[in-house]
Amino acid sequence: MATALQQITLRRLAIVTVAVMGAGYALAFLYAPQDATEGFAQKIFYLHVPLAIVSLLGFIVAGIHAIRHLRSGDPKHDARSYVSIHISVILGLAVLLTGAIWAKSQWGVWWEWREPTLVSFLIVFLLYATYYPLRYAIEDRDRQARYASVFAITAGAFVPLNFLAVRLAQPYIHPRTFSSSGGLPGEMLLAFLVCLAGMALLWLTLVWFELDAKAASANLGRIRRALEAS
Amino acid sequence: MTLQSAAVEGRPAGARSTETAPAIEARGLRRDFGDRTGLGGVSFSLLPGEGMAVIGPNGSGKSTLLRILAGLLRPSGGEVRVLGCALPKETYRLRGRVGYLGHDPLLYRDLTARENLALAGALHRMDPADAAARIDSLLESVRMANRAGDRIAELSAGMRQRIDICRALLHDPDLLLMDEPDAHLDPEARQLVAPLIAAGGDRTRVLVSHDREVATAGADIVLELR
Amino acid sequence: MTPFTAILRKDLRVELRTLRSLPAMALFAVTAFVIFRFGLDRTSLDGELAAGVLVPTLLFAALLAINRLFVAEREEGGFELIRLAPIDRTVLFAAKASALVIYLVVLELIAVPIFALFFLDTASGLVPFALVLVLADIGLAATGTVISTIATMSSARDLLAPLILLPLLVPLVIAAAGAGEHLLSAGGPDYGGFGKWLGLLGLYDLVFLLVGYATFDFLLED
Repeated sequence: MATALQQITLRRLAIVTVAVMGAGYALAFLYAPQDATEGFAQKIFYLHVPLAIVSLLGFIVAGIHAIRHLRSGDPKHDARSYVSIHISVILGLAVLLTGAIWAKSQWGVWWEWREPTLVSFLIVFLLYATYYPLRYAIEDRDRQARYASVFAITAGAFVPLNFLAVRLAQPYIHPRTFSSSGGLPGEMLLAFLVCLAGMALLWLTLVWFELDAKAASANLGRIRRALEAS
Repeated sequence: MTLQSAAVEGRPAGARSTETAPAIEARGLRRDFGDRTGLGGVSFSLLPGEGMAVIGPNGSGKSTLLRILAGLLRPSGGEVRVLGCALPKETYRLRGRVGYLGHDPLLYRDLTARENLALAGALHRMDPADAAARIDSLLESVRMANRAGDRIAELSAGMRQRIDICRALLHDPDLLLMDEPDAHLDPEARQLVAPLIAAGGDRTRVLVSHDREVATAGADIVLELR
Repeated sequence: MTPFTAILRKDLRVELRTLRSLPAMALFAVTAFVIFRFGLDRTSLDGELAAGVLVPTLLFAALLAINRLFVAEREEGGFELIRLAPIDRTVLFAAKASALVIYLVVLELIAVPIFALFFLDTASGLVPFALVLVLADIGLAATGTVISTIATMSSARDLLAPLILLPLLVPLVIAAAGAGEHLLSAGGPDYGGFGKWLGLLGLYDLVFLLVGYATFDFLLED
């Protein structure tokens, strides 16, 4: 019964997500003015930056789930931590790709070391990519979950430190950054915020969806084993 | 001596002849490793000062049971209280009160016998002078005093076993858990070791062995695992 | 003797007796310097190049020690010994991290003078740089001890530790190399940005000592 209710809520969430994202990108392309200096390609900002923010928050959320897992021993927190990292890694990959596209359209290069967000993301991505070999390398399920949680906490603490460090490594505020000059004009800000909200909802939907799918396949496995045993 | 040949019953948990609280009480104690059952539901009750022999074929879970009782492994199901501590919740209260002799010695190969024992003493927060005296006495009892300055790597398996027994007894534990303590020992060495691990004082003992006769001699309860 | 002291002394004693880590680390570092001499085709380094050779070399040498840090605990029952004892398991973290710092300092006492001999025209920047290195060593030890424990208990241990550790150590590299760039410059040490790098190192050390302290217990269970 509870899962049926969850199914309905998940569907509703998915619909809301699509709606908000649709609204956000409509605003971005139709409402917000085109940036004077950067032109049409600047529009990718509405995709790239929300992806980055949500992905990073996702890693931190995964760390919080990991703390709860260690404190309670309840595997559902481990599942949440795992899936949060999974989705955030996928978004992180998208950050790198959209960042490369923007860099190419803006400065003619596919990669720019002087862009701190891109570089920080690369490092974070490389770190969280090791989450999978780590989990696969530990057979005992309890230990695997505990160690993954310790990793998620360590990595979560690392994310802000890393951004700080990479920022400090840039001696000047280089013009080649993704931060638009000064503050954003009202229309752009509105579009950006809606896109950000949409991206956050997308993250939630994907996480929820994957948790559901995992729970279902775990149930299936349990039933199958029970059948085989009898 | 009570010999139970039924699957996994020792003295049934709860049936006590005296008012003394049991040193170990287990009910339906189980441990799984993934899909495999390492230890099937085990129930027994062991009074302070008594000795229990655990026998059974390979893979029946003898070593697993011992590790759970030592607080080294978390049970998957059932209940167990060791020296009044409910495991796994109160494992921290059990630490330092159990002497554990596992399948492999807990000795650093590059330290000498004496250094290993001194380390064990320090870890158990023993007073250094007391520890040193006890180390000397134990080494003397197992006739290893003259090899105390040799690195563990230089000792034979039987000698390591003797040192490991000293380590397990060093802090005078209330409960002694032994996994095949005779494994590498020649008959002479067994004679030396026997008085150390036998009944004496109120040390509760659990001994795991392949050898039915060796194990059951002097045991108050025998637990046979399948 | 407290448990902490006992464990630390045990580690140092074993290392002195077997010399499994230190000579390898030192040799690696010196050989790496030679490779850099030819790789860069330079016989003199200063500023960012000097820092860029010295810091990563020390880092990679450190990985050798980190890989070996818990081998004895795993293979000779050390973990069980600790878990059976009435002590806080975090003591093992503190003792191992301290041992690692000591190994790193000894490594630097050997490798850095040789580096200066090979490549530096002026050694006056080395004293303040030593402070930078010590702070970096603490951070390296904190993170390295945690990751080493994780890797030791897994099946891919030699591969996993560097893989996870290297991204985690990037902030240390940024700070140490950033400071080194100024301190090892040709005209003598320049303290521009020194405070900022010390601050970053200190922050990193604090965060990861805390993380290690809080989570280490969970690594030793079961």
